[in-house]
Amino acid sequence: MSLWVDAYRPRTLNDLQYHKDLSARLKSLASSGDFPHMLFYGPSGAGKKTRITATLLELFGNGVDKLKIDQRVFLTPSKRKVEVNIVQSNYHIEITPSEAGNYDRVIIQELIKEIAQTQQVDLNAKQRFKVVIINEADSLSRDAQAALRRTMEKYMSNLRIILCANSTSRLIAPIRSRCLLIRVPAPSKSEMQDVMQYVSRRAGFDLPPDVSDKIIADCDGNMRKCILVLEALKMQSPDLTGDVTIAKPDWELYCNKVGDMIIAEQTPARVMDVRAKLYELLSHCIPPTVILKTIAERIVSRVDEAIKPQIMHWAALYEVRMRNGTKKIFHLEAWVIKVMSIYKHHFYGMDLTELMEDF
Amino acid sequence: MSFFDKRTSKTASNAKHVVDPALQPWVEKYRPQTIDDISAQEHTVAVLQKTLTSTNLPHMLFYGPPGTGKTSTVLALSKQLFGPDNFRNRVLELNASDERGISIVREKVKNFARQTPRAQAVSEDGKVYPCPPYKIIILDEADSMTQDAQGALRRIMENYAHITRFCLVCNYVTRIIEPLASRCSKFRFTPLDPHSATDRLNHIATAERVAVTPEVIDALIKSSGGDLRRAITYLQSASRLSSSTQPPTPITARDIQEIAGTVPDQVLHGFAHVIGVDVPGFQNEPPPKSPFDAIQKKVKELSREGYSATQLLNQLHDLVVLHPTLNGKQKSQCGLVFAEADKALCDGADEELWTLEVALQVHKAVV
Ligand SMILES: Nc1ncnc2c1ncn2[C@@H]1O[C@H](COP(=O)(O)OP(=O)(O)OP(=O)(O)O)[C@@H](O)[C@H]1O
Ligand SMILES: [Mg+2]
Repeated sequence: MSLWVDAYRPRTLNDLQYHKDLSARLKSLASSGDFPHMLFYGPSGAGKKTRITATLLELFGNGVDKLKIDQRVFLTPSKRKVEVNIVQSNYHIEITPSEAGNYDRVIIQELIKEIAQTQQVDLNAKQRFKVVIINEADSLSRDAQAALRRTMEKYMSNLRIILCANSTSRLIAPIRSRCLLIRVPAPSKSEMQDVMQYVSRRAGFDLPPDVSDKIIADCDGNMRKCILVLEALKMQSPDLTGDVTIAKPDWELYCNKVGDMIIAEQTPARVMDVRAKLYELLSHCIPPTVILKTIAERIVSRVDEAIKPQIMHWAALYEVRMRNGTKKIFHLEAWVIKVMSIYKHHFYGMDLTELMEDF
Repeated sequence: MSFFDKRTSKTASNAKHVVDPALQPWVEKYRPQTIDDISAQEHTVAVLQKTLTSTNLPHMLFYGPPGTGKTSTVLALSKQLFGPDNFRNRVLELNASDERGISIVREKVKNFARQTPRAQAVSEDGKVYPCPPYKIIILDEADSMTQDAQGALRRIMENYAHITRFCLVCNYVTRIIEPLASRCSKFRFTPLDPHSATDRLNHIATAERVAVTPEVIDALIKSSGGDLRRAITYLQSASRLSSSTQPPTPITARDIQEIAGTVPDQVLHGFAHVIGVDVPGFQNEPPPKSPFDAIQKKVKELSREGYSATQLLNQLHDLVVLHPTLNGKQKSQCGLVFAEADKALCDGADEELWTLEVALQVHKAVV
């Protein structure tokens, strides 16, 4: 039994239910041998991966479904072993180099060169080239990106690269210059309605529109999340009638609580309490950026209009510092203290000009 | 000599695998083959022309933004110097996809520099090539070499100076250490000016028999910002799309913008309006009651659309800077914000937070 997200995932470009123009565009690109390198980007759960898989099917036909999963070991120059999982068919290979952390360059260098230098062996293959799909391309290190550059040009006759990323900002310009950029926006509300209705029909039940509205409102354009939530709800209350409530994930509730604590009291003792909670969140592997954003959004939804911009300003600033620094907690905490001081000063109507000079 | 024989026979058999040119991406198909084919970069081309006739060549450093012809130039120059037969044993190309730890570079250079095969200047294709008595080592994408590796390269360059010439290629000349840079003649590659880019694009369009209007060329040039590789890729995709519809439709400027990921004016103006910048089409709409909430909502909406923050901020920047009614002080304040955001995004910051930050700060500056 696979999950609905997988079981009812569209297979071909024609099956894709939204962004029809984009599907047509991909179809025409795939129908010719001059298929370019591509970079798919867009928010999570918008359907990038589904679209890439459908494009592959269009390019090569059914053989791309016969997948093999391997683990490969690479040796870094310092003789360290890195393991990565590789999914491949006769026509393509899929990797997530960020699994290898700082050694992603080694993977790119070794693996892609190896593929690039071998010709397609299957003489019946519809295309002369193989496709390499690189997931989470926006977390590729600079070195790994640099390693891709010339490979992309030199071996273009045997190799096409499809990068999949949330955004293009973190990719270096020379990489962007070598790819055709394909933006995959999140589906609109009505498009999400259609998909959910379709999934429900396939799963054999009627989905009341007010339930799907609720789910959509909760999922922020993330189609994958919608279908997962739908399946979970259906398991909980099979008739989907009455007052269905969508449970928020624990970590989100926890973040909201932290936000409320900050607004309720601004003292050194409270900073200590908050810090304990932040540690708790971090130790459960909630990404620090997500923690910061969730708490910040909770706070700005509850405070006076006048101080909202400052709270977000410092959130933006501490988020970059946190990314470049090594101790996440330091920056989260610094931001909490900043917010407390802004809040307190505003509350007591103190003159802020001095404090805010550098804002 | 048997080693080289094997090499040549291998190349010959490789040649049979060459892809049908009709299926080749145009960026490769129209890669300049001689330095005369290089568009723009007049100064560089003129100087290099001279080196073709003299027998001396300095170490060289090519730098400039992507897609401006650096790699093409160095490859074309090497081909013209040595001809197809000698290219392989006279030119060594190392790029960022090769292992470039310094011991490996030293080893490769040493091996490569060891033999000087006496080359006959007349090659198989009947042409005469200058074949100067040294080898060329191309270090493409040199800005991704570590400082240490670059430092060690100095020695290598000196040790083999009698027999090799180095050609370093990079995007950012500031990432090349000074002692290395100062040993080279520097050639700066600039983004292609609209005139040269137009010529090159028209040349390709004619050769491929695609009809392009001046508006399409204009859109290509605007959205590629002087990066010819990008312009060519866009053109090819657009032509593929337009010829695949039934019946074929001509390429439009809008097609190009869509392919290039440019944020449509309407979306951009909607955003500008919410943050308090006057734009045509929105003048009669009242400003929102709670600016913060409206801005936050808009930013979320934009990130759902998947527009890249960098692209969005670039376009917003142009809109603000060229704005007819904002005053100098307002524009300067916005300028500071844009700079800050660009740096943050380069450092990998969260896009939504920084789009919001820019929106809020611009709002503060202009309202
Ligand atoms: N000045 C130019 N004249 C003609 N064609 C060019 C020129 N610049 C770029 N092109 C086209 O763009 C393609 C890429 O150019 P090239 O590889 O030389 O870029 P580059 O400067 O090395 O870029 P990068 O910094 O990304 O490596 C070429 O194949 C060619 O089709
Ligand atoms: Mg190059």
